[in-house]
Amino acid sequence: MKLQIKNGRLIDPANNIDKQTDLFIADGRVVAVGQAPAGFEAAGTLDATNCIVCPGLVDLSARLREPGYEYKATLESEMAAAAAGGVTSLACPPDTDPPLDEPGLVEMLKHRARLPEFAHVYPVGALTLNLAGERITEMAELAEAGCIAFGQANTSIRDTQVLLRAMQYAATFDFAVWLSAQDPYLARGGVAHDGEVAARLGLAGIPVAAETIALATILHLARETGVRLHIRHISSAAGLEMIEAARAAGINATCDVAVHHLHLCEHDIGYFDPHARFDPPLRAQRDRDALRQGLASGAISAVCSDHTPVDDDAKQLPFDEAEPGATGLELLLPLTLKWATEMKLPLAKALARITSDPARILGIPAGQLSVGSPADVCIFDPKATQKLTRESLKSQGKNTPFLGIELQGRVRYTLIDGYLAYDGSWA
Amino acid sequence: MNHRNPQLNKNGELQHLLTIEGLPRGIVTGILDRAKPFTEVAEGAAKKLPLLRGKSVFNLFFENSTRTRTTFEIAAKRLSADVINLNITTSSSSKGETLLDTVDNLAAMQADMFIVRHASSGAPHLIAQHLAATGRNHISVVNAGDGRHSHPTQGLLDMYTIRHYKKDFSQLTVAIIGDIMHSRVARSQIHALSILGVPEIRVIAPKTLLPGGVERLGVRVFHDIHEGLRGVDVVMTLRLQNERMQGALLPSPQEFFKSYGLTADKLVLAKPDAIVLHPGPMNRGVEIDSAVADGSQAVILPQVTFGIAVRMAVMSMLAGK
Repeated sequence: MKLQIKNGRLIDPANNIDKQTDLFIADGRVVAVGQAPAGFEAAGTLDATNCIVCPGLVDLSARLREPGYEYKATLESEMAAAAAGGVTSLACPPDTDPPLDEPGLVEMLKHRARLPEFAHVYPVGALTLNLAGERITEMAELAEAGCIAFGQANTSIRDTQVLLRAMQYAATFDFAVWLSAQDPYLARGGVAHDGEVAARLGLAGIPVAAETIALATILHLARETGVRLHIRHISSAAGLEMIEAARAAGINATCDVAVHHLHLCEHDIGYFDPHARFDPPLRAQRDRDALRQGLASGAISAVCSDHTPVDDDAKQLPFDEAEPGATGLELLLPLTLKWATEMKLPLAKALARITSDPARILGIPAGQLSVGSPADVCIFDPKATQKLTRESLKSQGKNTPFLGIELQGRVRYTLIDGYLAYDGSWA
Repeated sequence: MNHRNPQLNKNGELQHLLTIEGLPRGIVTGILDRAKPFTEVAEGAAKKLPLLRGKSVFNLFFENSTRTRTTFEIAAKRLSADVINLNITTSSSSKGETLLDTVDNLAAMQADMFIVRHASSGAPHLIAQHLAATGRNHISVVNAGDGRHSHPTQGLLDMYTIRHYKKDFSQLTVAIIGDIMHSRVARSQIHALSILGVPEIRVIAPKTLLPGGVERLGVRVFHDIHEGLRGVDVVMTLRLQNERMQGALLPSPQEFFKSYGLTADKLVLAKPDAIVLHPGPMNRGVEIDSAVADGSQAVILPQVTFGIAVRMAVMSMLAGK
């Protein structure tokens, strides 16, 4: 089907394009920007007046909860959320039940995700069996089944010898390793940043040293092994400094930040609000400011939703018993725009952090609108606002600390391989 | 994000007692003033007042504490309330019922007040927020100790005790000794002392028993008990829980006693008329020496008596009487 997207402002950070122009799509691919190719007869048009036309968003961390946690969310519910959020490619961490540690599970997930209105799913395989940190997985087999990287989700490998071996093995095949940096001993029992708020509320703290010590270990071993390393969800200023220093010293490492950490800090826990419980925890205001700055400078390569649908039963508990995490697929775009506005950044730079930059980390041909690339497109109205409510969320996860807040930037259309996966033009 | 102080109603009156933090000074002194006549009720022949007649007070103890539960029970009964004791560690929770399910069930039994003790910091806040969200604002919640967070009636009874012996808070130096990190009592005391205008609040503890960022609570930190006790008017000792006595926090109770136990020869560093408090139950020979606990400066038993009056004051205030 041939499609013309007209009257929009096209922003394609990968190709340094930001101008009022049309986009032409045929057979699921971008065929032209600006002028229609010879003989192009559009079967349909989308009117993008007052809208931005950009590559579909690429999210480095979205939990779909399948297999195993279907009571929290299903592929159907979360794919609808992705489309409504303009997300067309997403990486999902391996902490399902069972974890993504054997090829059959990955094949099944890829198979289930094959519908045209579903975002492209890139599973991150488990680095160790059952995420237990003891035996490495069949990474080559898992890669063949569709895994684009290997990691431990939010858990860590305690045994440094296993960590070294896992990195060596991954490096053998040039597989990327994605790790969270949190020392399990220093974080043990902790539920909040070890700072002023935890001291006041009597919550067990997780010190910044939990992140920096884990990072020191991981970065040293990355240097030893030469593995392609990606650090998930950096949370502290000190941690970010270490990654920058490591990169300056030639270590092959990227990192991301979860979108919540750009806007919230320990004080948002308020009176024990379980919605503000995250893993890693929301840290001090100066940490948040460093993360905001780091994402702007490029020290942090990408921002992700860290989408984690949590059921009400797991949230409506005392803070230390509540499950960490929040729904995020539908908030990634507006919260990134909010950050960019507050930081006075050009729109193209902000969009790069949720399109071309994460696509580069994933090593996928998404996050761009080059001729010949897949027609994954997000069309949004940057001025339109919407109050975030439980009802407005497509995700089965209704828990987020941003409920009740007016968010600016609404997705009008989402195209996946040229297929209209979401139509919000009525809203 | 709900950041409104959840324990005050729209008119700024006390609706729940969840923590001392953030309470206006007028409410704190109002509770202390109200408690005064109740100490006389306890001493007099007629021990009962009709202020809570017909009201049902539920003691919801998700964590065991015979002593605190008993003092609440006595206080409620002296106000003529019907008291129902529930030890939930041994009932519903082990059957898998959630905290809020339990609350809903008890609320349906026409409860007027919940006295809540829970091992998780913030559990009473959660209950209060749930009651508000489900339109049951007529039920009051009193925090009887939540995790490491708060034990407001203990903090208030300590203030009552200090006021009884010392009168003017604005002239006092107060030292709190021991496990500040895990202590809801210490947090309540610090907030109460600040609200009442105590100019110098000291905490004395090894670094392992202080939470990160403790100085942000407005206290002076001492690691040497001798320095910390010098010239103080009030010494508040804390109970050291058994599970903290050995391991990575402290090597042994003996070493803790040697470094931080309150003994007579350390107490002489305080002002001659300094008073010594302890929230009970005491570990003699760990945080406090018997010679001090039984000595003339200790006001530990009066604390218990005042505790009942203060709890009566809180309950009657919440009942609008």
